[in-house]
Amino acid sequence: MEIELRRITKRFGHFAAVKDVGLHIRPGEVLGLLGENGAGKSTLMNVLCGLYAPTSGEIVIDGRPVTFAGPGEAINAGIGMVHQHFMLIPVFTVAENVVLGVEPTGRIDHLDLARARGQVRKINDAYGLEVDPDALIETLPVGVQQRVEIIKVLFRSADLVIFDEPTAVLTPQEVVEFFEIVKSLRDSGKAIVFITHKLGEIRQIADRIAVLRRGEIVGQAEHPDAVSEAELAEMMVGRPVSFDVDKKPYQPGPPMLAVKNLTVLRGNDEIAVDNVSLIVHSAEIVGIAGVQGNGQSALVEALTGLTHVSGGSVTFNGQDITQASTRERHRLGFAHIPEDRQRTGLIPAFTIAENMVLDSYYDDRFSKGPNMLWDVVNTAAAHAVVDFDVRTSSVFDAVDTLSGGNQQKLIAAREMSRDTDLLIASQPTRGLDVGSIEYIHSRIAQARDEGDGVLIVSSELDEILALSDRILVMFKGRIVAEFDGATADKGTIGLAMAGRY
Amino acid sequence: MNNAQESTVGLSEALLRRAAPSRAALEDLVVVPIFAVVVALVLGAAAMLATNVDLATVGRSYVALLNGSVGSVNAISETLTAAVPLTLAGLGIALGFRAGMFNIGAEGQLLIGGMAAVIAGFSFAGLPAIVHVPLVLLAGALAGGLYAAIAGWLRAATGAHEVISTIMLNLISYRLVDYLLRLDFIQREGRSDPISQSVLESAELPRLLIWLDPNLRLHAGVFLMIAAVIVINWLLFKTRLGFEFRASGENPDAARYAGMKAGLIIVLAMGLAGALAGLAGANQVSGVLGRASPGFSAGIGFDAIAVALLGRSHPWGVLLAGLLFGALEAGGRQMQVEAGVSIDLIGIIQALIIVFIAAPLLVRTLFPWGFRKAERAEREE
Repeated sequence: MEIELRRITKRFGHFAAVKDVGLHIRPGEVLGLLGENGAGKSTLMNVLCGLYAPTSGEIVIDGRPVTFAGPGEAINAGIGMVHQHFMLIPVFTVAENVVLGVEPTGRIDHLDLARARGQVRKINDAYGLEVDPDALIETLPVGVQQRVEIIKVLFRSADLVIFDEPTAVLTPQEVVEFFEIVKSLRDSGKAIVFITHKLGEIRQIADRIAVLRRGEIVGQAEHPDAVSEAELAEMMVGRPVSFDVDKKPYQPGPPMLAVKNLTVLRGNDEIAVDNVSLIVHSAEIVGIAGVQGNGQSALVEALTGLTHVSGGSVTFNGQDITQASTRERHRLGFAHIPEDRQRTGLIPAFTIAENMVLDSYYDDRFSKGPNMLWDVVNTAAAHAVVDFDVRTSSVFDAVDTLSGGNQQKLIAAREMSRDTDLLIASQPTRGLDVGSIEYIHSRIAQARDEGDGVLIVSSELDEILALSDRILVMFKGRIVAEFDGATADKGTIGLAMAGRY
Repeated sequence: MNNAQESTVGLSEALLRRAAPSRAALEDLVVVPIFAVVVALVLGAAAMLATNVDLATVGRSYVALLNGSVGSVNAISETLTAAVPLTLAGLGIALGFRAGMFNIGAEGQLLIGGMAAVIAGFSFAGLPAIVHVPLVLLAGALAGGLYAAIAGWLRAATGAHEVISTIMLNLISYRLVDYLLRLDFIQREGRSDPISQSVLESAELPRLLIWLDPNLRLHAGVFLMIAAVIVINWLLFKTRLGFEFRASGENPDAARYAGMKAGLIIVLAMGLAGALAGLAGANQVSGVLGRASPGFSAGIGFDAIAVALLGRSHPWGVLLAGLLFGALEAGGRQMQVEAGVSIDLIGIIQALIIVFIAAPLLVRTLFPWGFRKAERAEREE
């Protein structure tokens, strides 16, 4: 199936999310669609999927112009989309999820699950997906859940498969497997659109690249090898982007945070953090690498006072803080960028100003007696917003009106504009675009240059490598390896992350 | 660099300008409740017609409803008198909502607060009113607050859900009141039924309009109501504690991350909510009833939940909702007298208002012309 988008424009009010875009999607080819958050990638694809009607322009399939009245018609035309957030029912099996909405039924209109299972197996075999049709979704790892989404799309006989930021939720190993699947789909003649903002990935998987910026196609590359990552980044952001983090030579100060034989249990008494010892010096960035789910979250929670410690000790500047509360640690100079910004880092319904003082509202600067000094808060928030380049028109806007990148910048602004000594940052740039990543990295490096200790936890190895002075690898709750940040080798760290070091 | 700094200052000033409330927010806050009330009245008329009330009587009932609620000085006095306890208890429930607590127990807290107020009201003979009345109110608030704090403590310490525990506490309070009313030192002398002694004259909230007509029941509780609205508004939006309440209510995980003490906040929020309900109880015994008898709460604690919902858990909204429900109650009595329509109809109308408030989409569908097209706002996501 060959699809052409001709001069597609989609306006929301006066704002043109997509302007005059022309794209050619060919069978047996992976088209990489690159762009920052908010560049219009998702809007464009939602037009293609029939979710939005284009304001102007047309969609041509195999030479015939088509219009879709809704997603159902697009699906019938053979267009399928795998969304970034999965749409699966956790308590249903794979087969049940796949047939949901188009269930095969038997003679007396009963659900023919045997047939559904058979169909799932057939798709499995055809593309090497290896998904058990009878497994419950909630028991499956994220990578396999994504394959279930792929099966859903193929089950509805899609000839064009659109992947929206498919690798955002995957571990490095899962990404490798996922690419194999994409290649087998392509080789069987499907047309693929791969939406991402990750430069490395798009050059690995795409046969052709189109770059979208502010709703317009700003560049196309027929061969991914013909363009460098730097060139792509510049097209995407509109200015040269630096991938190296500028920081002063490594000159660590005295030890700041000392963790000794720390053990943390999960709710079900499983060991999450197993006898971990580590030291963070002043003016040093320590990176903790590891595939997610190896105890990093529990370690950060223990260090920030959010969970109880079962054994071991934590000292900060010589003071024992093993049992200190979150608030006490704040007062001592802890800053914490949490892993999940929506769930723990922000209150989406509150204003930007309110979120800016979420963990410092009690400070003498912001309150007097029982009263909050909202004027002071608002002014301080406005300054921080400007300082950290949070794009908003007013500090009275609710945080849920901000994009993910701006939300993360807001958290960074809150945590780093305070006078702190130690920054603990969990997945500080997850889901962010190149421009925001560059900015947050430079801010973290700046904090370290000013003498702060920094502990970074990230499952993005590139991020750990770019920032860290020392790298620790966590596997199954233990620190299994330590590397020097300047000389560390990506392959070796990767092996350690998989427990083979 | 200098240039950049200057533009920084300019920018941050622009950021401090408040955007006008969006049309959608306005629709949600104002238009939906108004339509809800209108639809409820229309459906109430339909309910009357369905029970063989003829059209003329339906018309007369609504005229009586209007007259009985705002048609005369007496009607307004009755409306305000009914609105006071509804608003007070409604404020408590709204406060709970803001802090993430669904307090079903206002009825019980009101009963316990009322009982404490009665006891304080008939004891302490010889106190001047200026001391006695505040003492009575304080006793009611304290007892109601402590009673509600039990549910808060259970939630904080054991995780027991406050919906269940407050329902249980309601049931306990009914029996407890029955028992207390038969105790020698509470029961009125010479009576065998459970009824308390009357509060002393010095413990009564002064009537405000007896210079006009000695039958007007409006009492000083109305000032208490307005003061409570102002104080709770201040507490929620201007204070540190209010910030903690609202943060915990919106996102408990973020509140914990920010170092707020979840358990303490739960107990405090429940305690304050109960204190307001207890104040409503004290207001009833000292301003209206003069004594306590079984069931003197008359369902106010449950109606208050509706008041808090209708008022969108905002203190000023709660005041408006309390006034509306007070008007419905006062007008409903008039309706029963003049048109002979059962007062249960008022219950139906109140229930319908809540149904439509809880289902804004339904209202939007019924009255598409009242709202700007919602489609665009949703799709802009």
